[in-house]
Amino acid sequence: MIEAEVRAQLRAFIVKDLIKDAKYPLADDENLIANGLIDSFSLAEIGVFAEQQFDVYIPDPDLTVAKMNNLNLMVARIMRDAK
Amino acid sequence: MLNASTRDQYHTLLDAITLTEADDQPAIIFVATDAEPITITRRAFKAQITNCAMALRGIGIAPRDLVIIAHTQNLESIYAFWGALWLGAIPSMFPTLTEKLDPDFYINNLAELTRFSNVRVVLTTDDFAPTLSARLPCTVYGTSAWLNMSVEESLPICDNKAKETSGLQADDLPSPRLRGRGVGGEDITAFLQHSSGTTGLQKGVALSHRAVLNQLAHYADAIMLNDQDVIVSWLPLYHDMGLIAGFILPLVTGLPLVLMSPFDWVQHPALLLKAIHDYRGTLCWLPNFAYNHLARRVRVRDSDRLDLSSIRAFINCSEPARHASHTLFAERFAANGVSMKQLAVSYAMAENTFAVSQTAVGEAAKLDTIDREALQRDLIAAPAAPDSDDALTQVSCGKPITGTAVKVVNEAGDSVGERQIGELLVKSDCMLTEYFMRHDLQPFDSDGWYKTGDRGYIAVGEIFVVGRSKDLIISAGKNIYPQDVEAILYEIDGIHAGRAVVFGVPDEREGTELVAVVAEVDTYDQEALRQIQLAIRQQIARATEVSVSYVSLVERGWLIKTSSGKTARAANRAKWLAERENQGNLV
Repeated sequence: MIEAEVRAQLRAFIVKDLIKDAKYPLADDENLIANGLIDSFSLAEIGVFAEQQFDVYIPDPDLTVAKMNNLNLMVARIMRDAK
Repeated sequence: MLNASTRDQYHTLLDAITLTEADDQPAIIFVATDAEPITITRRAFKAQITNCAMALRGIGIAPRDLVIIAHTQNLESIYAFWGALWLGAIPSMFPTLTEKLDPDFYINNLAELTRFSNVRVVLTTDDFAPTLSARLPCTVYGTSAWLNMSVEESLPICDNKAKETSGLQADDLPSPRLRGRGVGGEDITAFLQHSSGTTGLQKGVALSHRAVLNQLAHYADAIMLNDQDVIVSWLPLYHDMGLIAGFILPLVTGLPLVLMSPFDWVQHPALLLKAIHDYRGTLCWLPNFAYNHLARRVRVRDSDRLDLSSIRAFINCSEPARHASHTLFAERFAANGVSMKQLAVSYAMAENTFAVSQTAVGEAAKLDTIDREALQRDLIAAPAAPDSDDALTQVSCGKPITGTAVKVVNEAGDSVGERQIGELLVKSDCMLTEYFMRHDLQPFDSDGWYKTGDRGYIAVGEIFVVGRSKDLIISAGKNIYPQDVEAILYEIDGIHAGRAVVFGVPDEREGTELVAVVAEVDTYDQEALRQIQLAIRQQIARATEVSVSYVSLVERGWLIKTSSGKTARAANRAKWLAERENQGNLV
């Protein structure tokens, strides 16, 4: 799986389904949870999305604010286990 | 077991079975995603809380002092709460400061509360204590400054040798049973529950030992509580559902409590289900959004081997119960042994200690299909055919628990008949005594009824809640007052005072209300608009911990004002919804 594809799909999911503003210009290193763009409930949702979309299971101890607070962190974690 | 027939054997909360029968049975099992479970026996629990009581006395806390516990939800805050109770002080759990919240907002709120309520001490984490200490007009202690120091240096009760020299032991404190019959007895305030407002001064709901014990006894009967029950909870302890149902109830009745941090659960919802499976949980209270959160965000591989059939009741409480959420949850976890018969509902509020009503445990909550138009036009819940266009499905909140009466009144304050909509009023033997140190606020009318602010009706003896009298938004179980959020918006550069509105939007997917903001702006510059939008999301999250779901920036003149110049929330909400619908963006 290509990193750029994962990033694009994840970004689209976050702005459309979580921020609810498809036009939002989300930066790769933008602080998602601490800035109030998404809430911590969304971490669990991102876990579901990663599994369905990329077939990557991120175990609960890795689904934390510290480890998933921006797009770069999420993409890196998904790419680590991507097939 | 505490229930209506044994109620007279209890005089204060310190007659809790966990304390009076302090053996090796589990009192609390604390579970976490990234740590092994910690089991606290009743014996260890009692030792810990008497230890805390001694330590609190060591720092000068006396009976009737107000002790605020502004701590992360952990065993230490639990021991501190019960330690304060043991000492006869008045504890109150308060939310902790999280990364998302603005420290200034949080500290200012706490400082205001501290001034108004004559708080004697605030207990918090070591990390946070210096910051709080500099800003609050009362004493602040981090853990090591009151607990460890007091125990080791001032009141050494863990060390036998030191015990002999100090002469102070846990047994020196009056026994709970004797104290309960002392001055004030059952009617003295046991603890405060603080209203879960967004910002601004929170009200401390003062509850007496009598009120809490009455509630527990009646509620135990309503849910047929028995010795085999195991309570599982992720709920925060600064909220009535978490504090009473998920904390005080099991400890007083001596039932095992399987507890976890709300922060952990929100991020890892399967933790709750695993706890139910591992400990054969039988009762679990959840706000409506949690049914959606669990159904939609627990991955199949995290739940496929879990057995949830031990649950007698998942009890939906603290925000309007939705049939769609129950259905979603029951279908998602059917293979794990969940059925609609396990899905009960309670209507509750801190002012009544907790439950006002409860549906029958072991039966699916009753549904009432009513006509939407008759509801809005005639204020009547007229039965409708389930398949009609205007059908609205209401979920019953059950019958009032023993000792609590409910009536429905119209705007003139007169009782209305069956199926007529009005405000719900409550009168009971488990009501608050007062709003602590807030003599400006009178909770009762002249006949002793508490006006809930909720609108609903009664049909065949069961209570149905259809809405609220005020603009209050309940999002994911949290009460949000739009005016508080609007005040934050007015401070943002690019938004003028009075030119922004906040309202709730029901969301089927989430099973709760989402928060929408509409603000008038004077700019068309894309970067400036982006900055305003970001500031709105950031400032609201930092002040209230609420994530805004929709931000709409509109031209000047978009907002509808009332004749007196105030923002008309309902009208603006209707306009916003209509515009979204026209654009094909159905909420």
